[in-house]
Parts: sequence; structure tokens; C-alpha cells
Amino acid sequence: MPLSPAELDAIALTLALAAVTTALLLLLGTPLAWWLSRQRGSLGAFIEALVALPLILPPTVLGFYLLLLLAPDTPVGRLWQQVTGTQLAFSFSALVIGSVLYSLPFVVQPLQAAFTRVPAGLLQAAATLGANPADQFRSIVLPLCRRSFLVAASLGFAHTVGEFGVVLMIGGNIPGETQVLSIALYDHVETLRFAEAHRLAAGLVIFSVALLFALYRGAGTTPWRLRA
Amino acid sequence: MSALHICLDHRAADGFRLAVDFSLPGTGVTALYGPSGSGKTTLLDCVAGLRTVRGGNIALGEQHWQDARRTLPAWQRGIGYVFQDARLFPHLSVRDNLLYGVARQPTGAPVQFDEAVAWLELGDLLQRQPDTLSAGQRQRVAIGRALLAAQRLVLLDEPLANLDYEATRQCLRGLKNIAGQHRLPMLYVSHDIEEVSELADHIALLEGGNLVGQGSLIDMCSRIDSRLAHEEQAAAIVSGTVARHDHAYGLSELGVAGQTLWVNQLHEDIGSARRVRIPARDVSLCRAKPEGTSILNVFRVTIAEIEDSGDARLLLRLALGDQFLLARITRKSATELRFAVGDEVFAQVKSAALLMEAL
Repeated sequence: MPLSPAELDAIALTLALAAVTTALLLLLGTPLAWWLSRQRGSLGAFIEALVALPLILPPTVLGFYLLLLLAPDTPVGRLWQQVTGTQLAFSFSALVIGSVLYSLPFVVQPLQAAFTRVPAGLLQAAATLGANPADQFRSIVLPLCRRSFLVAASLGFAHTVGEFGVVLMIGGNIPGETQVLSIALYDHVETLRFAEAHRLAAGLVIFSVALLFALYRGAGTTPWRLRA
Repeated sequence: MSALHICLDHRAADGFRLAVDFSLPGTGVTALYGPSGSGKTTLLDCVAGLRTVRGGNIALGEQHWQDARRTLPAWQRGIGYVFQDARLFPHLSVRDNLLYGVARQPTGAPVQFDEAVAWLELGDLLQRQPDTLSAGQRQRVAIGRALLAAQRLVLLDEPLANLDYEATRQCLRGLKNIAGQHRLPMLYVSHDIEEVSELADHIALLEGGNLVGQGSLIDMCSRIDSRLAHEEQAAAIVSGTVARHDHAYGLSELGVAGQTLWVNQLHEDIGSARRVRIPARDVSLCRAKPEGTSILNVFRVTIAEIEDSGDARLLLRLALGDQFLLARITRKSATELRFAVGDEVFAQVKSAALLMEAL
């Protein structure tokens, strides 16, 4: 039985959402993780706690507050309406904002851990050799943390594909606009179409297992070793 | 070349105070010598720009590296820095480590890639990764990397501290080759006087965060008022000219101020100069020319200075032409033999260590 057009839409939408979210997360999460890796004070600890919040909070809590924040009668919602001419809540953009916040720890934490492991002495050496901070980051930190970037991107992507609660709260269930895979699956179950539900559920399980397996298998092979 | 001016007054969190204000020559190798905890590394890090001490003033010639208005960041100072731990970049090959600084220089460097590779014997290592190298090999690569990046000054922080004997000799040979070229001034931090004797032209003595003296190495080594002369390892350095090789006995003759110093056989041509380190504790004195002694090296010297600090041993400075030896003898002997400044005596030298030569 081939996938229905609605299901294909949901898959495409899910992949697009995960891709955009992952790209934004790498862009925003890298400087945040770098900053956190250089902090030892309580401000750093507080920001770290905020970043980790989605790990323990029910997604619906995050989704609920985001819905309140992004609604058309809030300052954020009004500003969005003025600038883009469209409503923010229940749009693809709202999904992206929610996903970025919800998947933030999955990107920031592996990057922060990797940045912390880069010996400060190597960056000092690079500085004495004429590399400015941006150059040090590009030529030393990035290559040394390449694997962690891969891990961070994969976890961010996979976690976005798998989210449900936040999406349901701020995106609703609009086919082609906000109906992602997990919502489509929920829809099937609600309407007692178990065969279709099975197909989507099993697909998600296989995708997740394959991705995680590839990650963990690669973990053992590192092209270089850091010396103390 | 321009001199390096350093003026710092810094009190660390643990109460240690580094207070110095001095200039160092802008040529040759200058050793920053002192016991651990004397502030050598802090000083070097300030010169490098890896550490900023408030109110400090650092300038190389006309270029201000730190003053009241601004601090030039490390990456703009045109230096090379050799750390105690090599700090090679683990993801780059030896060749790429060596070239890291070269690519980031605004203008061409005083030292070319092929030269550094030859001086430091790195030719066979270029394709290797750092984690496959021995400690000595890593340090030689680190020296080469700093040297190739340096435009104006090379800083070295006890680069041989963690190496075994063989690796130390090999690194020293490389450093000696570099120093012999006189293209870049070097500031060399060490607490090992033998290392310093091999390399330095000039020495600055640090103690408890203060500069307690500086001058040419040869002068400072034999000066009785310098702290160097009172260390257990105290030794004078004399230079001589190769006069003759004695193949039958495996020895060579060095001419020192018209007298003869026997050393292990050398390979240099007759007429070339070599420096020799003679420890104060290996020099004994006789009133009359010793007869029937197994010691080969006996010099006619004049007592130039006697230092009697009330200890069991005295320190004497002996003039050998326009050079000097140091001798440490017991006060008992000195009293019984009535040694006085101006006396002509015979100095028996039990050991003389040849200092290394560059390529």
C-alpha cells in the first residue's frame, strides 16, 4: 500500500522542519556552547540550567508558554504580523521556533563537552603563532571537535523528527503546514486507522535506530588523540 | 637589532610579587635564569602577551607591546613561543604543524622551512602525526614551529625540562644551530646552568621576582659577586683554540692564553675556537708546579680575588691571561698555604667539559 499524499506531505514537512531546525541550532548553539565552555561563574551555571530545561520539562509546558508568547495579540505575535503579514502561531515558523528551543540541549551539550576538552594550551600556542581568536576556533577547535558536531547535528535532527508535544501545542494539525509525522501518526490512531499508524511508527523506529547505530559505531574511531 | 624593555610590577593572588625593570639585548641568546618560583615563566608569558599584568610596560625597540594605553595581543607580536610541553596540534601532520605559523605571517620570516628542517633534523618526520613521535621529536618540531613563525623574537620556556639525556642533546644541538645563525634573538628560560652554558650569550638572573644581575655569560659565570659562582654547579667558561690533535692518545690540545688544555679528541680543524666549562670544585691549587701527577691540565694562574664568607670553603677567582677560572678550596688549605690576591700559583684542573658546537 503506497503512502497517501497527506503522509508524503507530513514526511517532507518533518524533514524540512528538522533540517531548518538543525541548521539554526548549529548556528546559535555553537557560540552558546563555546561561551558556556569558558564560564565558571554562576551566570554560566544558570544559563546551562535553562538550556537543559527541555530535557526534563513536559514538552506541553514549553508548548503552552510558547503559544502564549507567540499568539497574535502578544507583542511578539503583533511584530511578526506586521513584518511578515502572516500569523505566527500555528505556522511552520512557530514550529521552527519551538523545535529550536526544544532540541537546544541535544546540540549544546555535546558541543560544550567537546569544547571543554580542547586544551587551552593549544589555543595559546596558536595565538603565539599568529592566529586570532576566530582563526584559532576555525583551525584548532573545529577540526578537533568535528565528531562532536556530527553527534550534535544528528541528535538535534533526530530529536526534532521525534517531537510531538510542543508541535501539537503551537502548530496544531494543519496538513501541509504544521502536520508533521508524529502528528499524522496520532491522527491515524485517533481515527482507528491502525495499519497506517503502524507504517509510520515502524518507519520512525527504523530511522531512529539506524541513525543512533551509525553514530555509536563511529564513536570508537577517532583520527587523532588528544594528549594531556 | 632593538633591545627588549620589560617593566612589570605585579602581585599575584598568592602574595608573590614580580617587580622588574630592565632591558635585554636584542641579539643572540639571553637566558632568564633562576630557581623555580622566581617568576621566569610569568615574565615570559607577559612578553608573549599570553598574560597581561596591569600597569606593565613592554617594548621591543620602538614597538610598544604593552603600555598604559594598549596591549598588543599575542598574535600580533611576531613571536615564536616554545612551551615546556610541545603543544603540537594533534590533528595536523608534522609538516602542517611547522607551517601553521608561516601561513599567518604578514611578511616573509627570517628563517626558511628547509633551513629549520635541516637544523633540527626533522626531515624524516614531516609526514608523521604528532602522537607517533617521541617526546624529544615532539619538542624539536615545536622548536621548529616557533622558529618559523617568529619575525622578531623567539621565547623558550624550559623546552628541555621533560626530556631524557639523548633527546636533550639532540634538541640542544638544534637550538645551537639556530643560535649560531644569529638571525633571531632568543629569550630562554631555564634553571639548568649547563643548558644555559651551552646556549646563552647573555644571562639575566631572577630571584624571588626580582632581577639580581645580568651580563655576558662568561663574565657572569666567573664573577665572584654573582650568585652563579656560588651554586653547587658553579663553573667558569674559557675559550681556546684547537692547537694539535694527538691521535695516539685520543686527545686534542687547546691553546688557552698561551698555555695548554687537554680535552677529548676533537674533529675541528687546527685554529678553530671551542668553549670549555671548568667546574669550580674540580680546580685545586698548588704553590709549586706539581710533579708526578696524573692530572694533565695544570695552569700557571694569578689569584685575582678571594671570597671568604666564613664557610669551610672559599671561592677564588684566578686570572688565566684575560680569562678567568674559579676554584673552590677549603679554608684550611688556603690558610696553611697562605694564598693571597696577586700570588702566582698552579691550578690543577680535574675535568673540563667541552661545550657543543653548531653545524
